[in-house]
Amino acid sequence: MKLANRMNLAICAGPSTTGKTSVLRHITGKLIAAGKKVAFLKIDVQFAEEDVQFQREFGIPARKVYSGELCPDHCNVMVLGDALQWAHKAGCDVLLVETAGLCLRCSPYVDKGFGMVVLEATSGINLPLKVGPMLSLADVAVVTKIDRVSQAEREVFRARIQDVALSVKIREVNALHGIGIDPLVSHVLASHAITFDAQGRHESMLLRGNPPVGTCTICVGKKEIGWQSHFGVVRALEDQTFYRGE
Amino acid sequence: MIETISILAGRNKKGEEEPVGRIDLKMGDVVSVVGPTGSGKTTLINDLELFAYGNTPTGRKVLIDGVRPPPEYGEDPALNPIALITQHTTFLSDLPVGEFLETHARIRGGDVAGAVQNTLAFANQLTGEPLVPTIRMTELSGGQTRSLLIADAAIICNTPIVLLDEVENAGIHRGRALELLRKYRKIFIFVTHDPRIALLSDFRIVMQSGGITKVLRTDDSERRLLEKVTRIDDTLTGLREKIRLGAELNEMELELGGIL
Repeated sequence: MKLANRMNLAICAGPSTTGKTSVLRHITGKLIAAGKKVAFLKIDVQFAEEDVQFQREFGIPARKVYSGELCPDHCNVMVLGDALQWAHKAGCDVLLVETAGLCLRCSPYVDKGFGMVVLEATSGINLPLKVGPMLSLADVAVVTKIDRVSQAEREVFRARIQDVALSVKIREVNALHGIGIDPLVSHVLASHAITFDAQGRHESMLLRGNPPVGTCTICVGKKEIGWQSHFGVVRALEDQTFYRGE
Repeated sequence: MIETISILAGRNKKGEEEPVGRIDLKMGDVVSVVGPTGSGKTTLINDLELFAYGNTPTGRKVLIDGVRPPPEYGEDPALNPIALITQHTTFLSDLPVGEFLETHARIRGGDVAGAVQNTLAFANQLTGEPLVPTIRMTELSGGQTRSLLIADAAIICNTPIVLLDEVENAGIHRGRALELLRKYRKIFIFVTHDPRIALLSDFRIVMQSGGITKVLRTDDSERRLLEKVTRIDDTLTGLREKIRLGAELNEMELELGGIL
């Protein structure tokens, strides 16, 4: 098998139940129809079965990783390099990564891949104001379940996305019937192609956003309630984050 | 201002060329799309929404006023040509109706108060249950919701096409709706198998196996059926209303309706 030395990487984030998997299933079907070899990786906290679904439905290399005690977006940073090698060795030219999208402070997108956030129009017109870098650092915001809400709410939702993320392209789709998916496929294929050297190593990549301050005493297992019991970067109700300790 | 949206033939699921070379949808047209499940109605909507130009599975092309639309039409969802109303479409907001319509009208710009007033007046002609600005969206009945969805799409939205996907059984006055809609410079597409709406349409796009197989113009012989179909339909609506009110039915209704 001759391995391709270039690969398109698409990372998909978004809150639970917005239809990330449905969108990716339609994209996968259309990529395969266009003659592409696709690999799929799902990153979740403690349960996922999308890998089995994708394997069964499309017969493509698919796997999952549980982040467990690690934050899912951090887990993405850790495993993405291995995942690219895995997909490369499997002879694939597109890798689709679906993340759990739990944290509204991080975003999983990388500088040399395509970043896509999936939001549902049914989640209320103010949702775009709440999801942070997961939306503002994406290339495309995919809005699902558009047939469920009034035209009025659909238009307000769209305007709110543009308020917080002016440069993010918006695609409204009906993931149930695959309406509006074709342009997403074009976006994935037009994104930067990651190159691999003769040894099969991928070019270096960086996370797009700056992760928030992550290490705190709670992270390392101190469970007492109240900032007085903690040190390092802490936060009180009536104050901004401040440093406590030596 | 858009005058015409045209659909140029593509291929059906079997890869065969569609026999209808070109369909022109003009402002003010009322069109029905008919065909069994899986016949390709959804992919037709997809092609229109994306301004397809040989870049969707059907290979169809969509023209605006006879020419290929500029690329930003496919990129900017604010230029999406279709306001879509399906059986599942509803309002999520719990604002009072007046405030809700204002929020929508404001992002569209122009005369906000006038748009709200006209929308309510329109909706009130479609439903028998009065709609007032102070009622909360969550308190609307099914019929009021459909009426408001249609009125909002026809008046506040600026999409050239309003697509109503099988919403005929939702407690609205269909005959009146079509009569009113015709006054707006929009293309109304009904995905429907309702004989009354089909007969009131200018033409029907017939679909099978993912392709458009023919276009049926509503001719005089079909239009002659309209009067009878309307009578049958109104009679059945009357019977339904009686059942709803807990009344007993008798032959009188059928006689009055001219069915017997």
